[in-house]
Amino acid sequence: MDVLTLSRLQFAVATYFHFLFVPLTLGLSVLVAIMETKYVRGGDPDYKRCAQFWGKLFLINFAIGIVTGLTLEFQFGTNWSRYSAYVGDIFGSLLAIEATVTFFLESTFIAVWFFGWNKLSPRAHRRVIWLVALGSNLSAFWILVANAWMQHPTGFVLRNGRAELSDFAAVVTQRFAILEFVHTVGGAYTLAGFFVLGISAWHLARGREAAFFRKSFRLAAVWTLVFAVFEIGQGHMNAEILHTAQPTKLAAMEAHWDTGRQVPINLLAWPDAARERNSVQALAVPGALSLMAGYAMDTEVKGLKDYPADQRPPVLPVFLSFRAMVGLAFLFLAVAIWAFRKRAAIEQQPRFLRLLPWMIPLPYLANTLGWTIAELGRQPWIVYGIMRTRDAVSPIQTVQVATSLVAFVLAYGLLGAADFYLLFKFARKGPEPLSLNAR
Amino acid sequence: MFETIWFIIWGVAWAVYFMLDGFDLGLGTLFPFLARSEADKRVVINAMGPFWDGNEVWLVTAGGVTFAAFPRAYAVMFSSLYTPLMLLLFALILRGVAFEFRGKEDSPAWRRTWDLCLVAGSFLPALLLGVAFANIFAGLPIDRAGVFQGNLFTLLNPYGLAGGLTFVLVFGVHGLLWLAARSEGALQARAAAMARRLWLAEAVLAVVFLVMTWFSTPLWQNVLARPYLLPLPLLAVAGLLGARFFIGRGAWYRAWFASSALILGTVLFGVAGLFPNLLPSSLDPAASMTAFNSASSPLTLKIMLGVVLCFLPVVIGYQLWVFLKFRDTVTASSVQEGPAY
Repeated sequence: MDVLTLSRLQFAVATYFHFLFVPLTLGLSVLVAIMETKYVRGGDPDYKRCAQFWGKLFLINFAIGIVTGLTLEFQFGTNWSRYSAYVGDIFGSLLAIEATVTFFLESTFIAVWFFGWNKLSPRAHRRVIWLVALGSNLSAFWILVANAWMQHPTGFVLRNGRAELSDFAAVVTQRFAILEFVHTVGGAYTLAGFFVLGISAWHLARGREAAFFRKSFRLAAVWTLVFAVFEIGQGHMNAEILHTAQPTKLAAMEAHWDTGRQVPINLLAWPDAARERNSVQALAVPGALSLMAGYAMDTEVKGLKDYPADQRPPVLPVFLSFRAMVGLAFLFLAVAIWAFRKRAAIEQQPRFLRLLPWMIPLPYLANTLGWTIAELGRQPWIVYGIMRTRDAVSPIQTVQVATSLVAFVLAYGLLGAADFYLLFKFARKGPEPLSLNAR
Repeated sequence: MFETIWFIIWGVAWAVYFMLDGFDLGLGTLFPFLARSEADKRVVINAMGPFWDGNEVWLVTAGGVTFAAFPRAYAVMFSSLYTPLMLLLFALILRGVAFEFRGKEDSPAWRRTWDLCLVAGSFLPALLLGVAFANIFAGLPIDRAGVFQGNLFTLLNPYGLAGGLTFVLVFGVHGLLWLAARSEGALQARAAAMARRLWLAEAVLAVVFLVMTWFSTPLWQNVLARPYLLPLPLLAVAGLLGARFFIGRGAWYRAWFASSALILGTVLFGVAGLFPNLLPSSLDPAASMTAFNSASSPLTLKIMLGVVLCFLPVVIGYQLWVFLKFRDTVTASSVQEGPAY
């Protein structure tokens, strides 16, 4: 394998792994902040225990998210130096803003939160967890603005042999970036919701700490329903923007080959890229793709054949990932509705309680599929329409990347195992008794 | 103009990173020689506990400043230093996770594993960053296409290794002073005694390194050509001597501040001596990455300057607040009772 392939694999390993931990950080930080706010407002000590129990799981997860984030910043320079030199004027500044404005905030205050239970007043302590939640979510915003710029570059001119910033506001406020942020956060919050529902259900099914986990469950049931609904409604807006911003990605997601109007969505298909058609397709919803893309049946939707073969993304994985992600989203909605409707007497639903812990991995899968669509669907471009991935890679040696890739797989594998082991251990152990943290 | 301002910000970000994370890296390195019992170990770890993460972000910021303000220099520097940077990355990852995971399981094997990660994850970054900066001071074999014509062993030359060892020792003393200021009893006495001994080695090595710098790099010539920069090396020397003075008096916080002056003075002296280079080429001066030929567009530099001027003071403000809030002495019983790693 060459440096390009190895570097792409390494980027995939580093980014997928990082994003196993990020969504829970984004969602659980807000949930813990809500729990602590309930404690400070209402004085119910169970909510303090909630904040501490879920906060402990948050911290175990957060540790890996933070350190693997370092990799992401480093590897643009180490493995994608030509990309960095070409677009650093814009992309580099967005990463630097993330570091100075938001990464400091979350990293500094998470320690204050953990070490500060006895040093800060309850109100000040609550403010700290909100700062952590704000820091992590704003961090995500800047990173996604940077990613959105790779998906849909704007506010720049090509000058001096590189892309130079011409309109900062256009980069930061572009619709693509806002939608990407909202969609990512919605997915992350859904994941955090299922995490809390699943673990609460595990304990409720065993009748442990019932009062405590009932409170956690009810909060998460409302939360999860809100974001499961939101994610589906909002996700649909992404189809519309892809139609204008990234037509090749949309066409790959739908395995759509021939430009036309009144384009259907084939619920089932098996794209065959070599022969530029679907070897199987069935269950067509007439005009649905045209309707999604432009809110009108006769909207023209470009097909993949309109683009040279070397400008098309790999169709099959993008198509399958999209189908699976959407299927999961509807599953989440159904489960979230059920959890919400039965939340008042959830302990009378033993089967449902036994199902919920098994739901926890699925939003992780859905988030991963979403990134697969976003990143693989952008290929062969690293910056859509501007720079190809193959032109972006560093002038380094194959053996260097091969070695670091193996090291990443080993180190991340072990760290991931240790992390999930600890999450399992402390999730099963349940909250500490009140007397130990009454101080 | 903006390029020069950004060059200064770049140097200051690195200097602050070394000053802050320096004591964590030093303490992590010396941790097995300091702590004799599990209780000791936890005191050492918790003396850095509330700070290391916020300190480490200065590295992300220094990297981010390089990327945002000097993207070509970032690209060439990070790809040239591929292998050492990957080692640095793995080390920092293991260190960060060690802090969080170590105390989460009682088994001795589990704790020994994370102790090892903490030590390796602190020692390697100190060494690698020293090697990297010494080599940057001396120039890297980079051709006009920005391609590094060397390998890891190119970097492990005598001057590079001297830089690495100097960083390890300076951070070691820096960490010992921090622990001496923040602990009590036998552990504190051990840290104090070790600081006294290591200071001598630090002083010898610092002098050797500065003399080698004269022969291996143009830093001194550049600084001497601009006499207004002389306070920087003088600050370093004053910090080194001041540290010994305050060690003698048992004034540990003052000694730590003197040690900070040594670090700030040394790094800023090195960076000032580099100007306008961020990454000099040892093959061809025209291939050097300078603040001018690698900078971002004026618009980006202006906007980013606004961001940094608005937000870095806020960051410094709340980080200072954290240092003041958690200034209490860390003891075996405070670790036992309070929230702690």
